Amino acid sequence: MKKKPGPHISKTSKKEKQDFLENYTLHMADDALILGHRNSEWTGHGPILEQDIAISNIALDLIGQARNFYQYAADIINKKRDGKKKIDEDILAYHRDVWDFKNCLLAEQPNGDWARTILRQFFFSLYQFYLYEQLQYSKDSTIAAISEKAIREVSYHVKWSGEWVIRLGDGTEESHQRMLNAMDDLVKFTGELFREVNYEQEAFNKKTGANLSELKPKWEQKVNIILKEATLPILADRKWDLYGGKEGKHTEHLGYILAEMQFLQRAYPGCEW
Amino acid sequence: MDTTKSEILKILNEVMDPEVPVLSIIDLGILRKVEIENDLVEVFVTPTYSGCPAMDAIKTNIQKTLLQHGYKNFRLTTILSPAWTTDWMSEKGKEKLKAFGIAPPMPRQHICKPELFHEGEAIQCPLCNSYNTRMISQFGSTACKALYQCNDCHEPFDYFKCH
Repeated sequence: MKKKPGPHISKTSKKEKQDFLENYTLHMADDALILGHRNSEWTGHGPILEQDIAISNIALDLIGQARNFYQYAADIINKKRDGKKKIDEDILAYHRDVWDFKNCLLAEQPNGDWARTILRQFFFSLYQFYLYEQLQYSKDSTIAAISEKAIREVSYHVKWSGEWVIRLGDGTEESHQRMLNAMDDLVKFTGELFREVNYEQEAFNKKTGANLSELKPKWEQKVNIILKEATLPILADRKWDLYGGKEGKHTEHLGYILAEMQFLQRAYPGCEW
Repeated sequence: MDTTKSEILKILNEVMDPEVPVLSIIDLGILRKVEIENDLVEVFVTPTYSGCPAMDAIKTNIQKTLLQHGYKNFRLTTILSPAWTTDWMSEKGKEKLKAFGIAPPMPRQHICKPELFHEGEAIQCPLCNSYNTRMISQFGSTACKALYQCNDCHEPFDYFKCH
């Protein structure tokens, strides 16, 4: 089916409608896993000890959320596969390839310096906060339960990263410049967060998923408040964004992430402690 | 064997948090309920933080403890909702935490505010009892704890974050 160019998304096919819950859950799991993995790359390399610990703990929170979503996705998939071998969270995390992953592009961007990392975290955690705030009331009780737990952890992530944006933005000349560079790199990936794809639309129709168009203005407003306090330029209207991650079209970074993250499980399939 | 809920609860009170071995899973509010039907013992637990690595160890310990006491017919079920909160920690549990050197969590509604740079109520030093303390990092030795330092006795300590 030929996709129309531009913001309009192709009509949701019958199969897409059947698989929406599995895809929606995997998307949220992949977001959390990939960003969690990126954050874990700082472990042992943080600028100072307390912040090394902080970002490692944030990674842990994210991976925990990913596990909850992967376990649910595995249940959904197993229900459809009577007779076939059951899959679990590990198969979903470690045996899918780049085109299967549905994380947003922002999550897979390289860590860069501390400014880039904390800005990426701030953009993403604030999005997760408003997303989980809505999903607490999802008609799907498992998604609601996972979101109810996750939002409390994410509140701390928003606080931590927001404070860093202000410290570095309204800091020294060097930290301010590094924040400007980080914004130049990352802002173009934020549009995708609110760009609805077919399974998100279907999830929303079924009162299971969030309303992204409601999320976007809240997110933008809060981001601009923090950016102003950080003496950074507020978000301007952009004519284009980079997107595609939610549909398995990734930047080249994801391949390298998976090569490292999945190496052990692919070299020794079914390995156990 | 005549199984009663109170017997199971007494046994499960032996399962300790691996990080804070003075606290049992009942003190922490991780054990939500026990149901017994036709000799099948069903234990319901709820995880604390999504990514808490101690949860796997705790689940293994629950199974081990039940087996050690001769119970073979049991099922361990994880329930995510209602979400675990530090408000479920018993008063006894909070006292044990303090005696162990960790500042116990404040009540959620008083302090859990997401505003940036919000200092909130002072956390009491579990060692010298002074309220003249400061936060060093929102994340301490584990995701559930924050790192504080006492300005009076100068000792660092962990604070169990309200959640």
